[in-house]
Amino acid sequence: MNAPAYNFAYLDEQTKRMIRRAILKAIAIPGYQVPFASREMPMPYGWGTGGVQVTAAILGPNDVLKVIDQGSDDTTNAISIRKFFAKTAGVATTTATADATVIQTRHRIPEAPLHGGQVLVYQVPIPEPLRFLEPRETETRRMHALGEYGLIHVKLYEDIARFGHIATSYAYPVKVNARYVMDPSPTPKFDNPKMDNCPALQLFGAGREKRIYAIPPHTSVLSLDFEDHPFTRYRFDAPCALCGAEDSYLDEIVTDDRGGRMFVCSDTDYCETRQSSGHRGSENAAPHKERAHG
Amino acid sequence: MYVAVKGGERAIENAHRLLAHERRGDRDVPEVTLAQISEQLSLGVDRVMTEGSLYDRELAALAIKQARGDMIEAIFLIRAFRATLPRFGATEPVDTGQMQVRRRISSTFKDIPGGQILGPTFDYTHRLLDPQLADGFLPEPPATSDTSPVAMPRVTDILGRDGLIEASPRADAVLPVGDLTREPLSFPADRDLRLQNLARADEGFLLALGYSSQRGYGRSHPFAGEIRLGEVEVEFMAEDAGFAVPLGSITLTECQMVNQFKGSATEAPCFTRGYGLAFGQSERKTMSMALVDRSLRARELGEEIIAPAQDEEFVMSHSDNVQATGFVEHLKLPHYVDFQSELGLLRKLRNEFSEAADASSPMQEAAE
Amino acid sequence: MTRVAELPAGVADKVLLAQSTFRSVMDAMARPGTVQGIPAAAGAPAGVMRGTAAIALTLFDHDTPLWLDPLMSEASDVVKWLKFHTGAPVIADPSICSFALIGDARSLPGLDRFAFGSNEYPDRSTTVILQVESLTQGPTLELRGPGIDGTAVLQAAIQPADLFERLAINATLFPRGIDVVLVADNAIVAIPRTTRLVAKGD
Repeated sequence: MNAPAYNFAYLDEQTKRMIRRAILKAIAIPGYQVPFASREMPMPYGWGTGGVQVTAAILGPNDVLKVIDQGSDDTTNAISIRKFFAKTAGVATTTATADATVIQTRHRIPEAPLHGGQVLVYQVPIPEPLRFLEPRETETRRMHALGEYGLIHVKLYEDIARFGHIATSYAYPVKVNARYVMDPSPTPKFDNPKMDNCPALQLFGAGREKRIYAIPPHTSVLSLDFEDHPFTRYRFDAPCALCGAEDSYLDEIVTDDRGGRMFVCSDTDYCETRQSSGHRGSENAAPHKERAHG
Repeated sequence: MYVAVKGGERAIENAHRLLAHERRGDRDVPEVTLAQISEQLSLGVDRVMTEGSLYDRELAALAIKQARGDMIEAIFLIRAFRATLPRFGATEPVDTGQMQVRRRISSTFKDIPGGQILGPTFDYTHRLLDPQLADGFLPEPPATSDTSPVAMPRVTDILGRDGLIEASPRADAVLPVGDLTREPLSFPADRDLRLQNLARADEGFLLALGYSSQRGYGRSHPFAGEIRLGEVEVEFMAEDAGFAVPLGSITLTECQMVNQFKGSATEAPCFTRGYGLAFGQSERKTMSMALVDRSLRARELGEEIIAPAQDEEFVMSHSDNVQATGFVEHLKLPHYVDFQSELGLLRKLRNEFSEAADASSPMQEAAE
Repeated sequence: MTRVAELPAGVADKVLLAQSTFRSVMDAMARPGTVQGIPAAAGAPAGVMRGTAAIALTLFDHDTPLWLDPLMSEASDVVKWLKFHTGAPVIADPSICSFALIGDARSLPGLDRFAFGSNEYPDRSTTVILQVESLTQGPTLELRGPGIDGTAVLQAAIQPADLFERLAINATLFPRGIDVVLVADNAIVAIPRTTRLVAKGD
């Protein structure tokens, strides 16, 4: 039988070259979605194949990799992707945001500010910010070419007319370098301001949709809004029950079936770092303990 | 005291162990072998090879076994393996006119040179469950006859001789044939890419689309000009040797649909073509593919695009079952943070709606 | 005719060299004006700088049509080395090339002869790799744009002297445009189409 043998970081060199060229063009044209010949990866489409291909194309033996899903290093898909690279590239992995050189993420930007030595790789399901307004690629491509973004403003304004607010709470569209409207991936809009003038390079990979895009460091990224309805962040107004943080995005934990709720940091590294330096929340919890299940 | 959920790594390992256990099933029942799958579930193997886009019966059988019989999962396994294979080049086009035919039928002519050959088909079986098959059934050996020396020209070639059907489009000798696994797709897509997409497409999706065209959603008046099954030689042009080297033979099913005629002031009316080709014996797939291929030619044939089967962006973007299942099933992954953001917004809107001052969950919207 | 065996050796560990070269180019593109080092030398023929050779081995292949300036294209060992090690087709028409290699600044054609991409596909554009004298000494160039925190100052000896004036077309063409990688031995600086010259000194 044809027993398979795999290259460093899984992808063959020809594929890496193709992805690398796409990444360079993506950086040169901030916010523009570069088509690339996404490969079939050994994990399902929709589970991070775009992010995985970008990470595999940039990762080297000296990198330190962090993988998060929903802000946490310990969600099953984050573990699965981290293990994939530890196995195929033999790279060091970490959960500490500050120590990582490459961070692959799904749905969050870490709370700790990123620095210039880092690359943030986003997993993207639907890269086209106009897709839900216009399903045809031929049409949305034309709109981007002309910088014709009236449609998305109309949609946001219809929200205001109906609900009194812009009714988009995640994957909130941004304008990059005053030119391209871009989908930030399904991060909560709480994270949008972190993209603006960020010292780290931000790369976005959409495997199923075969697109790569980028935000270079120190690039303007503005959330779309209106003068009379400016962009606002949302965060549940409570301190984290574990570390007391008042500036972090929170997960809502349902504690019973009688309306019991508690709120804890979605970024587990941020929360644990705070706890280990003595911060405590209402639960006054000790640092996280292992609890086996499954 | 609340303790955050941990231990995902052990959960994954345990899940994999349990999966392996379930896959094996009752250990008192003998394990199924790859040869058994390849020989006795051969149409399943054919489908996995076709939609997996890799001609290797043994690996396809392994994929079916590993996937516990889930065909889309098996196709996915083959695709993921295929993506890692080095490429040496492209073979010469196969000549289905030279096929060693095992089955060949035409619904357009009563008799044709080389004759109609029914071959191994479910077509005239009565669909009555056969209790004999339940245990140790040994079928009679097949009836045989000498190979016919008569050539078997394709029905479309016979029609083509009289100009009754449009000429089969010839590939541009200079332009390389597109490959959507190597280059990102852009629209409008040419027929080479459309056919590649359809060949890899989910059989059920094409079946439904082809069916819809028959029911009037972009009707194309199809006749099954010919369906043939058999073996063809595969050859590779070796640059060094300067001639084509035979690599072996593969089993193919080909369907050529003869469709609604076209014509204009400058062109005599003639039938049009729809084409389907698949690995192994895959008749439903090739017939559906031929119907959809013809529907997708609407643009180049100057027909109005009014039905889903004619819409290349719709068809090509949704035909791939590995992509489709990935994105549908990814909804299983955690979406806590985006859901939380939606919850926050919804609560806020509801609070405002009810105008009840007594808001149980206070919100903060701080302008940045 | 030179036989393959007589060509300078390729690289020992191609995979890791390609990775580290790519990271240098990526960092250069993400931080225009900063000088990035390309770590290992490659056995390049005369006329091809070490940095240029490493970039070629990292980014060129069958899918990237390549245009060479006369200095490069007339050196048969350069063409052979590129073809053998990268497989990239060398073409005569710069308007459809993915990469252009410029060994002699005087032969840099008008930028409008290269591919700018289209407004729909601005990525289908030429990346010009221009060998220069120095990326550490020479007149100062003050740059601004995405990837730069405020302004970046590059001190470089670049021919043609009016390169940045020529690159001003990028401002009007955007999102179409030309991306440039400057190479001096094993140092590189990238000037993507978004970078603007704000001041020029001595």
